[in-house]
Amino acid sequence: MAASLRELRARIKSVNATKKITRAMELIAASRIIKAQQRAQQAAPYARELTRAVSAVATYSNVDHPLTSEPEDPKRAAILVVTSDRGLAGAYSSAVLREAERLGEKLRGDGKEVDLYVSGRKGVLYYSFRDRPVIDSWTGFSDTPTYDDAQAIGEALIGAFVDDDSEHKVDEVHVVYTRFKSMLLQEPQDIRLLPLEIVEGEERPDTSEVLPLYEFEPGDAEVLDALLPKYVQSRIFFCLLQASASELAARQRAMKSATDNAEELIKSYTRTANQARQAGITQEISEIVGGVNALADANAGSE
Amino acid sequence: MSDNLQLALVAADRVVWSGEATMIIARTTDGEVGVLKNHAPLLSVLVPGEVEVHTVEGERWSAVINGGFLSVANNRVSILAEHAEMSNEVDLEKARQDLERAKQAGADSPESEEEVRLAEARIRVAERDR
Repeated sequence: MAASLRELRARIKSVNATKKITRAMELIAASRIIKAQQRAQQAAPYARELTRAVSAVATYSNVDHPLTSEPEDPKRAAILVVTSDRGLAGAYSSAVLREAERLGEKLRGDGKEVDLYVSGRKGVLYYSFRDRPVIDSWTGFSDTPTYDDAQAIGEALIGAFVDDDSEHKVDEVHVVYTRFKSMLLQEPQDIRLLPLEIVEGEERPDTSEVLPLYEFEPGDAEVLDALLPKYVQSRIFFCLLQASASELAARQRAMKSATDNAEELIKSYTRTANQARQAGITQEISEIVGGVNALADANAGSE
Repeated sequence: MSDNLQLALVAADRVVWSGEATMIIARTTDGEVGVLKNHAPLLSVLVPGEVEVHTVEGERWSAVINGGFLSVANNRVSILAEHAEMSNEVDLEKARQDLERAKQAGADSPESEEEVRLAEARIRVAERDR
């Protein structure tokens, strides 16, 4: 035990300050999760109604739409990676990025080129550090995404998918995000966004419910034209909301364990500090006792 | 089943209004459409503008949407819009500023024209329901 008592006290103080910060971050994350979950709940009716409408059109009309038709020979795929803006959330961002890498490898194995689209500063940093090209990126909203953010991302991705002349034309669009399963479990997940598969929805309408025979105004093709981009954007919005709830849950957990660790550290430092203090006292006492004895011996000798 | 229409006005991030109504008037791409009880199933595209709702209590309120969809089936009406505002939620000052800005941006492109229309609709409903 080399550290002096003064050093130990300084360390305890600094760990204490860190603990206060991590504790505060834990509490903030905890209160924001509730809000994030509420936002996800509030967005659910829109997604549900939209899915109903899309499946109604899909059921009663045979319109082929560019967003739903499978390209015959897919050559390029886009991956949208949803990460966080800030760190201190444990393995949150690295887990998503790892999943994205895995998906990228798989797509490359199928002979497709991969274009990257990134949301969140952590992802942007990851790819720019490795000098990997990113077609487009969006930052600044990872913990409170709004529909406008989803809309911006959606427009870019739909543009890349539909526009044949674009240099970034892709034949598939995938999204990698973290799904919020529970407070304890968040899983990175990838979904294929485009071409659309309408049956697999997060909010599938009840199959027993028979859809009424709708009249479409102005026409089924036009309705579908207007509906599908909104449907894509609503799914991206869903992914962003899930990711934000997951990010906050991951941060809360990371900060909780940081707080626990700080407590452990303070405990062990306090023990060593107490030992050092006791050792100092013992030494002083034995010095005094030794001094008194020496004096007494000297006095006894002179009498 | 109740005697009235079940209406849900849903924006992308929240449910703006839901409840019973006797009549709903909205503007589709083909023109205005009024929905009463037992309307045939309908799915149509709405243009940016006003939605008018007559409630069971005989009151009338309106909302502004930035385009969206109207779906009617079995006396259930849902209006989907990315952004929707009830007339009492419109910030009149801000709406006027938006209108000025949209007008200055130039009325040439269809986008800014749409913005002007939307801002005008917001001011109109806010002033009427004051």
